[in-house]
Amino acid sequence: MRARTSGRHIREAFKSVKRNGWMSLAAVSAVAVTLLLVGSFIAILFNVNKLASDIENDVSVRVYVDLAADEEQRVALGENLEKIEQVESIEYSSKKNELDQVVGSYGDEFNLFEGDDNPLRDVYIINTLKPEDTAEVASEVAEMDNVAEVNYGGAEADRLFELMGTARNVGAIVVLALILTAVFLISNTIRITIFSRRTEIEIMKLVGATNWFIRWPFVIEGAIIGLIGALVPVSIITFVYINGFDTIMKYLAGTYFSLLNPAPFLIYLNALMLGIGILIGAIGSILSIRKFLKV
Amino acid sequence: MIEMSNVYKKYSNGITAINGLNIKIDQGEFVYVVGPSGAGKSTFVKMMYREEVPTQGKIQVGKFNLVNMKQKDIPYLRRYVGVVFQDFKLLPRLTIYENVAYAMEVVEKNPKVIQKRVLEVLELVGLKHKVRMFPNELSGGEQQRVAIARAIANMPSILIADEPTGNLDPETAWEIMEVLEEINNQGTTIIMATHNSTIVNRMKHRVLAVENGRIVRDQAEGEYGYES
Repeated sequence: MRARTSGRHIREAFKSVKRNGWMSLAAVSAVAVTLLLVGSFIAILFNVNKLASDIENDVSVRVYVDLAADEEQRVALGENLEKIEQVESIEYSSKKNELDQVVGSYGDEFNLFEGDDNPLRDVYIINTLKPEDTAEVASEVAEMDNVAEVNYGGAEADRLFELMGTARNVGAIVVLALILTAVFLISNTIRITIFSRRTEIEIMKLVGATNWFIRWPFVIEGAIIGLIGALVPVSIITFVYINGFDTIMKYLAGTYFSLLNPAPFLIYLNALMLGIGILIGAIGSILSIRKFLKV
Repeated sequence: MIEMSNVYKKYSNGITAINGLNIKIDQGEFVYVVGPSGAGKSTFVKMMYREEVPTQGKIQVGKFNLVNMKQKDIPYLRRYVGVVFQDFKLLPRLTIYENVAYAMEVVEKNPKVIQKRVLEVLELVGLKHKVRMFPNELSGGEQQRVAIARAIANMPSILIADEPTGNLDPETAWEIMEVLEEINNQGTTIIMATHNSTIVNRMKHRVLAVENGRIVRDQAEGEYGYES
């Protein structure tokens, strides 16, 4: 595009969007609806994924210390645990602390076990570097002295990891399929708007316009339609997400779980939707106009 | 100027529209192309601005060799040859002014020059007062005059008119002819396919009669020569 004519092409594009009112509206709606679908699905998928990771990271190995062990043996066990390669962090919780937690969750009836009556054991809580390592760490710890019991959710944790892996792959495929659908729908709508103007293109060719001279306003028009179409889902999703985020985060307060913060996530999502809208609008125009230029 | 030698045109449906045609037209001539329907008149004129490509033969229009010319050179040929179509072919979403200006924007003329020239040609065809209207708000004769204004805006060396009076009442037809005559007087070559015997017989110019895809008569100051 030459600088001299670029202003003209942009003016023409805006004029054309306006004068083709209904066709433009139809195209903008198609873009808006498809991108709303794509955007909502991506927002949901990424947050489910985030929650899944939170759950994964929450999985820990609980090592119960034998009641027969004295203070020295207990500390020695703690030091041995720290030597394990895959261990990220170790937290110690005395049996008194454990009882307090039970009382906290289940009620004052458990106060009966105050003092030496406490039937619970001291516990080391191990967080592993990778969630998949829990099983290995658990079996290693079980071999150590003064260990009464090791618990890591066992088979259930394994199944959870498996399920999440599948869910992620399926989600990725669905997002890809949705984006492809959006591409197809948007470029198809633009094809229809251009098809309705094929005689116009033919006339332009007959009065001696070069292909790019005809193409530029259509390309810019496609980009404008894509942009306006994308702005609709961008505003809807931004509004819903920010409000939904605040509401849901209140419920999740105090847990290990959280949603993706709007600050980077929503910006990326909006940029993606705007990008898809503008790019497909422009490229759809180029592709659709191609066969009408052969006059 | 325009030279065709041994030109054949066979359509994909098997019809031979042009069957060994030879012709030479000089700069500044006014030429009528007459003949019965289906004789090949339209194909003949369409080949001059490469809407149709011959299957065989040579066509030279100015410096352009129309048979083995590159796709990207076609726009430049069409700026050299102005065309007035029977069905006007105006851009429906552009105003009268914009329709004429479009042909000049395509050539990337200076906007000031465009403005001046557009009003000038619209005045020549008598439509300066309707510049802001859209094509569907004009009568057939007025639309035809816009088409002529657009065709001559870039001062082409050749003006091709395919049945420019075909859809018009006799009075409007004469107005159009006066405009064409005026343009011809300024040195533009005019090639006009027509069925209008009155015009051909009253406004005398060279007549080419096409029948069965050949020139069967080439007559200076000729007659229409068919029953009308």
